[in-house]
Amino acid sequence: MSGLKIAVPRGALFGDTLDVLDGAGLDTAELRGGSRSLIFETSGVTLVTVRPSDVPTYVEAGAADVGITGKDVLLEQSDRVVYELLDLGYGRCRMVLAARTGNDRLAEAQRRLGRMRIATKYPRIAERYFESTGRQVELVEVKGSVELAPLVGLSDGIVDLVATGRTLEENELEVREEIVECTARIVANRVSHKLRAAEIDELTAKLREASGR
Amino acid sequence: MIHPIPAGTRDVLPDEMRELRKLKNALLDVFERRGYGEVATPAIEYEETMAQGEGRTARSSYRFFDEGGELLALRSDMTVPIARLVAGRYADSEPPHRLCYLASAYRAVRPQSGQLREFEQAGVELIGVPGAEGTVEVVEVLEAALDAAGLGSAVIGLGDADLYRQLLEELGVEGEARNAILASLAAHDLVGLEERLSRAGIGAARVETCVALTQLRGGKEVLERARGLGGEAVERAISRISETYEGLERRGAAERVQIDLGLLRDLGYYSGAILEVYDPAVGYVLGGGGRYDGLIKRFGLDLPAAGFGLYLQRVHTAQLEEQGRGGS
Repeated sequence: MSGLKIAVPRGALFGDTLDVLDGAGLDTAELRGGSRSLIFETSGVTLVTVRPSDVPTYVEAGAADVGITGKDVLLEQSDRVVYELLDLGYGRCRMVLAARTGNDRLAEAQRRLGRMRIATKYPRIAERYFESTGRQVELVEVKGSVELAPLVGLSDGIVDLVATGRTLEENELEVREEIVECTARIVANRVSHKLRAAEIDELTAKLREASGR
Repeated sequence: MIHPIPAGTRDVLPDEMRELRKLKNALLDVFERRGYGEVATPAIEYEETMAQGEGRTARSSYRFFDEGGELLALRSDMTVPIARLVAGRYADSEPPHRLCYLASAYRAVRPQSGQLREFEQAGVELIGVPGAEGTVEVVEVLEAALDAAGLGSAVIGLGDADLYRQLLEELGVEGEARNAILASLAAHDLVGLEERLSRAGIGAARVETCVALTQLRGGKEVLERARGLGGEAVERAISRISETYEGLERRGAAERVQIDLGLLRDLGYYSGAILEVYDPAVGYVLGGGGRYDGLIKRFGLDLPAAGFGLYLQRVHTAQLEEQGRGGS
């Protein structure tokens, strides 16, 4: 049987992910070289690089045995059947409700209309959050630069992922409520987790050690 | 001209139908030869009947009123209708009863997931043979069915549905906390599981034990390792599993069975042994089953029972993949 296929997230988690893979004894030099390849054979495993939000898709279908992605992605795609094995601790950021600094439009909408307009890239997380806190909202799904929405009047506030808070600050937005904290997680395919138990357990143990958890 | 059909349903054309027919015949042949008689039940049941299955997937997704205002449901699995049938028709006859089926069931799907809203299942129900003896027979039929389908490398996971219910009871975790923990287990969210266990106030050592327990899967050595983790509930589950496993060993049928203490099927009616079927050629579960000793009682006849169901289309896909692998 060939080695495990591991889905590695490109983007914000890429660097830290390569570091823990290195720490687990996998050679990731090729991935760091700026190659345009998407598939790398290294140290007896196959690394495939995909968008973080695609990791659950590949892993659920068994196209990758295991993958690494953010908890935000897993929460947004909570209907995907993957096993969440480990919190790797890095890539720490917060899912927040934010609005324009010093502006009470958000509170005003809630008070006067009984509902807020919220722009987000995470409609399911936002929907669950407002439902669980008993508030009615109109969600506007956008694909990029969600910070723009309240500045041009598309929405009263936003639900978005915040790492340092600098983007919010630059756009004169401030955190109003914290929804959940997100970190990188290892997920596994349901069948691989059973049929390749020893390999997956070993990899998980090494990654646990490498991530210092 | 384009005439759409609902997402999650499909037409089958002659080439595929021929292959499916062959597969169905092979499976039914195995069931019949082992003394399981085929039954059919209506696709439409009273909603009340399907609701006896409780659990997330047994609950019917498609419910509607008939002309008399009765609430009806499309069946979401075959085990619940067969439990109803047995309680109604076999109350006066001597068990065991061996029944098999090949039928469509209906469940809601997630958009763009490739899941089927209408899917065919082939399976057996062994009614009136309790404990390990019954489970062993069901596993043997399942193995014969997998062989007949050409799935030589398929693996059967064997777990215990009562393990965590009893373990949490032993640890004194109840109510909301207990349900949340079982939900993380069913979703296989280990990070969430650890978090929720920690909040249940059972001490760090026990949290670690519970999490470690869910990761134990493999051959017989798993039972020894589980025993090392201790506890009354664990001990009881281990003795149930080993009785079944040793029964399988004696019959030379344990080779493709993987003991799995992390198994938890989301159908609410299982008790004791639970089964899941995997094939290395495909990334999803091909079927499952187990003991459901309390289900027929809900229909008024107290008989122990066990069975399995295979998703026909998934078995067919795995069959093609395995053939492809063999050829390449």
